[in-house]
Amino acid sequence: MLLSEVGYARPATLEQALGVLADYPGARALAGGQTLLNVMKARAAAPDVLVDLARVPELHGIELGSDGTLELGAMVTYTELVASAEARARPILGEVCAQIADVQVRNRGTIGGNVCSSDPTNHLPPLFVALGADFTVAGPSGERTVPAKDFFLGVYMTAAGPGELLTKITVPPGRSDGFASVAIGADGTCIVNAAASVNGGVRVALGCVGATPVLVEAPDSDSIRGAVRDSAIDPPSDVHASADYRRHLAEVVAARAVEQAGGRS
Amino acid sequence: MDVVTSQTVSVEVNGTTFEREVESRRLLIHFLRDDLDLTGSHVGCDTGNCGACSVILDGTLVKSCMVLAVQADGAKIETVEGLAQEDELSLLQQAFSDHHGLQCGYCTPGMLMSATALLRQNSSPSDEEIAKAIQGNICRCTGYWNIFKAVKAASGQEVGE
Repeated sequence: MLLSEVGYARPATLEQALGVLADYPGARALAGGQTLLNVMKARAAAPDVLVDLARVPELHGIELGSDGTLELGAMVTYTELVASAEARARPILGEVCAQIADVQVRNRGTIGGNVCSSDPTNHLPPLFVALGADFTVAGPSGERTVPAKDFFLGVYMTAAGPGELLTKITVPPGRSDGFASVAIGADGTCIVNAAASVNGGVRVALGCVGATPVLVEAPDSDSIRGAVRDSAIDPPSDVHASADYRRHLAEVVAARAVEQAGGRS
Repeated sequence: MDVVTSQTVSVEVNGTTFEREVESRRLLIHFLRDDLDLTGSHVGCDTGNCGACSVILDGTLVKSCMVLAVQADGAKIETVEGLAQEDELSLLQQAFSDHHGLQCGYCTPGMLMSATALLRQNSSPSDEEIAKAIQGNICRCTGYWNIFKAVKAASGQEVGE
């Protein structure tokens, strides 16, 4: 499928990238392109200009602070995260990225693209919500920090507004995390997923059950199924699972994710 | 900051440098096939699922239907045409032939590039690693078992019947 005519800019700095976004209201950031180029083929998106972020150095790199805090550039690919020695400080990050799609997609797809597309079936939105990550968003008026739980506003909608870019994701220290999903085939699209972090209390973020990740907190591991049941989630029905079945699966994957997290404490 | 709808793209494909004026909207797979006449890489699904268009871009396996040609400016690209040396099949290609690793052949260029990328990183992959490495490549003849055997044989491992 041929794409519609589109402009292309390849900024070399974050300032240049923000400049193009400001000058062209119909411009869109191009990260790994593993979602955007396909939706452009389908004419579901029609940006006037693509701003290729591949050569913006500020958006790359993984840094591990002395206290265990990880700073992940928005343009870090899944493959880079899986291979990163620093990212092993929080093992769940590499484990989840290794189960996204396939080798080719992991080589190009970025963590920033995964969260900014805000597809309810994506892996990383619930993971970063459960981990309590902070997202740094840069725009014409400077930088601001948005907690992961406030970043996802709806299907395909995030707190990074027009003219803004997600620049990095900051993950606090910790190890007791888990992730579980029921997917369409191995490493396929998730039908329901859950990420858990057990550091004191139990935090679970459910994916695929609403427009945005649903955060469920419980005082201890044993009460997580009940907490999910009481959370009044309203999941969609589709060809893969009815709403009732998704509700059931949400309890199951939440319990599995918490069990995995508990095994690491 | 320049915004362009076409630009000169320079790439090195299988050791040969090409320079062409390319529209920004052109996908890498169409650039390779239609502009450079390298039709070994195939268009299967055109939605990023099937892997028939897989090529190696600066050492990294990618699906060339999900990369713009302008994004590849300055890159080194390897396609299936570059695997054989002076009409001698690569070890992997010979193994595909020996083990009947292709039927209709449509997925084969992508399978070969994925397996080539795997064997460069991992000269003796486990069964699971082989399966994971070709997960992004669909064979609609469903001849996966013979493809799997060919990759295993090319890595010098014994292949059961």
